[in-house]
Amino acid sequence: MLKFLRELEKVKGFFQLLLTNKMGVVGLSIFALFAIVALFAPFLHTVDPSKTGAVENILLPPCHQFWLGTDDLARDIWSQVIFGSRVSLVIGFLAAALTVLVGTLIGLMAGFYGGRIEEVLMRIVDFFMMLPMLPLMIVLAAILGPSIWNVIFVVSIVSWPTTARVIRSQVLSLKERAFVEASRCIGASDSLLIFGEILPNVVPLMFAEAVLMVTEAIYAEAVLAFLGLGDPTTVSWGMILHFAFESGTMSRAPWWVVPPVACICTLILGFTFLGTAVSDVLKPGYREIRGL
Amino acid sequence: MALKGFASFAIRKAIAAIITIFAIVCVNFLIFRMVPGDPIRMMFRDPRITAEQMQLVREKFGLDKPLWEQFNCYLTELFQGNLGISFWQKRPVLEVIADRIPQTLLLVVTALAIAVILGTILGAIAGWKTGTKIDSFILGISLTLYSVPTFCMGIIFLLIFAFQLAIFPLGGISTAASGLTGFGYWKDVLWHMFLPAISIVLWYGGEYVLLTRSSMQDASGQDYITTARAKGLKESAVLRNHALRNALLPVVTITGVNLAFAVAGIIEAETVFSWPGVGRLVYDAVMKRDYPLLQGTFLVFAVAVVLANLVVDLIYGYIDPRIKVGKSE
Repeated sequence: MLKFLRELEKVKGFFQLLLTNKMGVVGLSIFALFAIVALFAPFLHTVDPSKTGAVENILLPPCHQFWLGTDDLARDIWSQVIFGSRVSLVIGFLAAALTVLVGTLIGLMAGFYGGRIEEVLMRIVDFFMMLPMLPLMIVLAAILGPSIWNVIFVVSIVSWPTTARVIRSQVLSLKERAFVEASRCIGASDSLLIFGEILPNVVPLMFAEAVLMVTEAIYAEAVLAFLGLGDPTTVSWGMILHFAFESGTMSRAPWWVVPPVACICTLILGFTFLGTAVSDVLKPGYREIRGL
Repeated sequence: MALKGFASFAIRKAIAAIITIFAIVCVNFLIFRMVPGDPIRMMFRDPRITAEQMQLVREKFGLDKPLWEQFNCYLTELFQGNLGISFWQKRPVLEVIADRIPQTLLLVVTALAIAVILGTILGAIAGWKTGTKIDSFILGISLTLYSVPTFCMGIIFLLIFAFQLAIFPLGGISTAASGLTGFGYWKDVLWHMFLPAISIVLWYGGEYVLLTRSSMQDASGQDYITTARAKGLKESAVLRNHALRNALLPVVTITGVNLAFAVAGIIEAETVFSWPGVGRLVYDAVMKRDYPLLQGTFLVFAVAVVLANLVVDLIYGYIDPRIKVGKSE
């Protein structure tokens, strides 16, 4: 219990530090805004985003009833954009979680065991990092078929190597430290050393990686959906852009494309700022530099 | 003696590249065995085709044989330059892709060259003047641009400059049936290339600003900079001859790795602006569910990145004195 409280104290301290960083504040605010919108989507003047409307409501500019106008099937764009934030955030977070989980496990194994295991794992990592990511994601998404779960899977399978590499290099230095050596001397098993001693020390790094991965995943979902590989049963920002682009009526309806583009860019910018702030704050000596 | 060191370095790099390409070929083969459904059915999409006819085609393509034999067959055909037949265009995939390569190269080389040069210059300035207003301005702009996916940037450009202001074309590589030749034709191509190229430059250049900036910050804190200043050299000479030279080394090394990353921008920009290159072909293959073509484009992009990396490595190895000396002594 006491240990848990101490950990909680550390987390609190970390967020306090994050709030002293300008980029951190901006990033967190953007994230909070989208999170609130996604959470309260049904109460924000929205209708069913995939509900088509009457012919006279096709491609209406923004008006009192349709805050952001309508598309070529008379669907309400405001509702589509609001509900789209759910898809981006859910895919962003789940894909980031899966990526960091897989990457951390592999990084831990490679760094801790070394030798042949490390050799093989790192060769696989190098190979993946050499591949052009977007074509690989496109190919996998095209083959697996369009669904949210496949997008999450595809993003994770393409991005885990970065995390694995970062975690491994941290583990390499951690396993030589005295506290690991001490545990080993009193006969701690490998799994206790890995998960009890080393893992807690790479958690901050995992967090920083996760923030970066959320950015990657949000971008990946948007671009895959734009290229026609999104889940047809859900509305996402990339999907709205795909329909607008394919319809050929984009020129007459700027209100159709500007809001989703603005949302994609703002959310990605928010997480980029947050990522920069987190890695700044986690740098050793940040507290001293800022005189805190 | 020096060449011997470089030769062994070059051979090692080339072997590594060949192994990587072989691995890519294996992955490419295996991924496309996962395609759900019957490839023959997908190829014809005609309910009138009889079971006997399908069996015939299956035998012709070797799809009745075990996986290992299929792989063998795939490799043999690949070495002869056969990447299969495009469902959509009904002609060899290699031919379809080869037709598109010059256009992609034109766009990529132009856009990446501008991005690297501009990004490095701005990054060097920002890194040299860390903490000043210029630095935060350059940093803010590039972080922001870097967060805008190329296809979003492209769509906005299309909306403003092609639809609203109508000062740039909607897409394509040249005005259809214009009958332009020589200089006039190239001017027309450049005019068409402007928007897709600038979308790639703004995104990819941001990456180079960030890279050069941090590399420059590292370099400007080194002792040799203090020494150079103490010698009484002018600030511009210190920057050019001492800081910049050292700061650029890591930027060059990362160029190869970044190419894998640049492919995304190419696919997005070509798609938005209907640029008739390999990137647009990826989109068309997805929309037409043309798996052989998709497989071919993936192979071409992956191999191109590996080869470009090899070239960057070799140039770097040739420039960097440590590699020659270290191996030969």
